[in-house]
Amino acid sequence: MSKLLVDLLNKKFPTAVLETHSLYGDETVVVEASAWKEVARFLRESPQANMDMLTDLTAVDFPDRDPRFEIVAHFYSLAKGHRLRLKTRVGDPEGEDVEVDSITDFWASANWLEREAYDLFGVIFIGHPDLRRILMYPEFEGHPLRKDYPADRIQPLIAYRDVPNIEKIAPFSVDEGMSFGRQTHSHPKKDSDDSRVN
Amino acid sequence: MGELKQSSTQIIEPGGAEGAGFATTRLEAVLAWAQKYSLFMYPFVTACCGMEFMSVSSPRYDFSRFGSEAPRFSPRQSDLLWVVGTITQRQAPILKRIYEQMAEPKWVLAFGTCASCGGFYDNYACVAGVDKVIPCDVYVPGCPPRPEAVLDGLMLLQDKIQTGNRTPAIVKPRQDPAVEQHTGLVQLRKSRTSIV
Repeated sequence: MSKLLVDLLNKKFPTAVLETHSLYGDETVVVEASAWKEVARFLRESPQANMDMLTDLTAVDFPDRDPRFEIVAHFYSLAKGHRLRLKTRVGDPEGEDVEVDSITDFWASANWLEREAYDLFGVIFIGHPDLRRILMYPEFEGHPLRKDYPADRIQPLIAYRDVPNIEKIAPFSVDEGMSFGRQTHSHPKKDSDDSRVN
Repeated sequence: MGELKQSSTQIIEPGGAEGAGFATTRLEAVLAWAQKYSLFMYPFVTACCGMEFMSVSSPRYDFSRFGSEAPRFSPRQSDLLWVVGTITQRQAPILKRIYEQMAEPKWVLAFGTCASCGGFYDNYACVAGVDKVIPCDVYVPGCPPRPEAVLDGLMLLQDKIQTGNRTPAIVKPRQDPAVEQHTGLVQLRKSRTSIV
């Protein structure tokens, strides 16, 4: 059914549509980044598309590609019951110039989704009313879901305790290397009837 | 319920007076005995272990039996901080502040693998164990821990309170599958055909 939608977009934006993909009702359209907002407007406003729900909007990092990032939006039409996946590609291999138009004008739910994509991937959405981090804290540096973010880099908000060997605070007795549990505590031998603690 | 089992405690029964008598003990032992059976707890529940916490506080397992009857949702009235669930870097300052607001004496129990060591949340967002931020007394491993393990942890904490031992401790499994291989790691239910 939404194969018609792919044809419609092909006809409406012959130069902006880069590729299309259609398999088992799973339709994908890749468009030029410059046409992102116009295509979104068309999907929202044309009576044939009538995409009244933005299911998801996120980004994907392909570090070997140029443009490096894919912005992916999933649309659903509650009235017509069809779906469409719309993609665009932005950014250079160094992770700079990752900019695309915001579609918050057409779907209010794009607000937080774009903030999430900005937070985790560093995608700048031009025209977004309030582009702040949404999951990470404001002090966080970098964008953690980019492939070049070091996997073991953490940025604690507060200093860890001043304890030696903080990375591996021991529990602390002879059979620490036991596979599951460890010796719980050293309990001084007391009266023989004190068998409550083993 | 509990008995004073410090070796310094003596029960003296003067001769001739049947049933009458008195006990001598140390003041710290009495205080510790009172403390361990009146733990006011602050549940700092952030994740799915909270379900298991509710389970263990509900009538079937009922840790009120151990004297930790009253949850206090103010840290100023609590003795025992249950850290139940994953602590993210964003949560860490809040947790630390809660801990600092608690009045002495205070204890911390890390409930579950995430609170104990971060578990598989070895990533940019999470704190690998609450002991990075606040000192921790008892670790209860498990994802989530079984109610028995939680009760073991609570009894272990009571034991530590009684002995005045602030060394952190981990709850041992009641049986170690690595040692007792013959039991197998998974206990499958017997099929109906084998019963007949």
